[in-house]
Amino acid sequence: MENIQVRIWRGDEAGGFQDFEVPRQESQTVLDVVTYVQRKCDPSLAYRFACRVGVCGSCAMTVNGVSRWTCRTHVSKVAADNKLEIAPLRNLPVIKDLVTDMQEFFDKWARARGSFTGSATRKDGFARVEPQSKERKRVDAGIECIGCGVCYSACDVVTWNKDYLGPAALNRAWTLVNDVRDTARTERLAAVAGDAGCHACHTHLNCTERCPKALSPTAGIAGLKRAVLSATLAGEI
Amino acid sequence: MTSPRTQVLLWGAQRISAMVLAVCVIVHLITMIYAVRSGLSAAEILGRTQGSAGWFAFYTLFVAAVAVHAPIGLRTIISEMLNWRGRGLDLLTGVIGLALALWGMRAVIGVFSGGGA
Repeated sequence: MENIQVRIWRGDEAGGFQDFEVPRQESQTVLDVVTYVQRKCDPSLAYRFACRVGVCGSCAMTVNGVSRWTCRTHVSKVAADNKLEIAPLRNLPVIKDLVTDMQEFFDKWARARGSFTGSATRKDGFARVEPQSKERKRVDAGIECIGCGVCYSACDVVTWNKDYLGPAALNRAWTLVNDVRDTARTERLAAVAGDAGCHACHTHLNCTERCPKALSPTAGIAGLKRAVLSATLAGEI
Repeated sequence: MTSPRTQVLLWGAQRISAMVLAVCVIVHLITMIYAVRSGLSAAEILGRTQGSAGWFAFYTLFVAAVAVHAPIGLRTIISEMLNWRGRGLDLLTGVIGLALALWGMRAVIGVFSGGGA
């Protein structure tokens, strides 16, 4: 088979693209291409991956201008002309080559109160949550997030407003707001309210379009907007 | 800087004013097209609007919705495009909202009372 012309980002924010040539193979993923470059062309190339099967969420990059998980993205899907441009995720500081600093991404999960707060102890029995209940279905719709950062990278509002919590953190908050066992609903709604929270979302749907797990953070954010407004009007916030 | 509570209320006000504007703009456009297609002159249109409490109330509502909706949107646009946030921006957009309300009501009064706008 022919070769793929690959341009890969090198260095930090002030870096530039470097050209490589990689043999085209059947069923080849973009992660395979990056791995080939590191093993055969330049061992100093920095990138992240772990599971290679779409579970860990660590291999997301910008591929031909689009944020994607690279381990489950086939070259045939994104590079019909055998040309690939691979860059780090947008909206995050670049440490080196394809590795971004994810700290602000995960700090925003904490700011959005993305951790469960319960009242039960280990002596209590299991909570019974009806699978068909409205709340449980909403949780199901957003719970499969793998924290890859693709939505954060695809979001224009994050680019324009560095304080914006972003789709992943708000999606997480929405799953907890709908968790009937959670006891920090009001604090969480207050944490995601306003100009840096859910109300900054312009409903561009970039996150929903790009989420590799086919989640819709936009729908969750819309739910948060309504829940926060209700809580505000009720004087809870 | 406005509190998160105020930010949420501003967001709610912008959504509600958008709903009002959607209706007002449609009524305004239909009325305008009707007036133009019927060949009404400016004097004939003024003759119908002057002294009409219904049209006065309608356009007052229209102006109020604009004065609420536009500055809130402008505040977001400026903060995102120019990275400017805080009290200065809130003050500027507040003044713009007030100016829109005053100019709008000046026009409404001019058209419905017969005084020069």
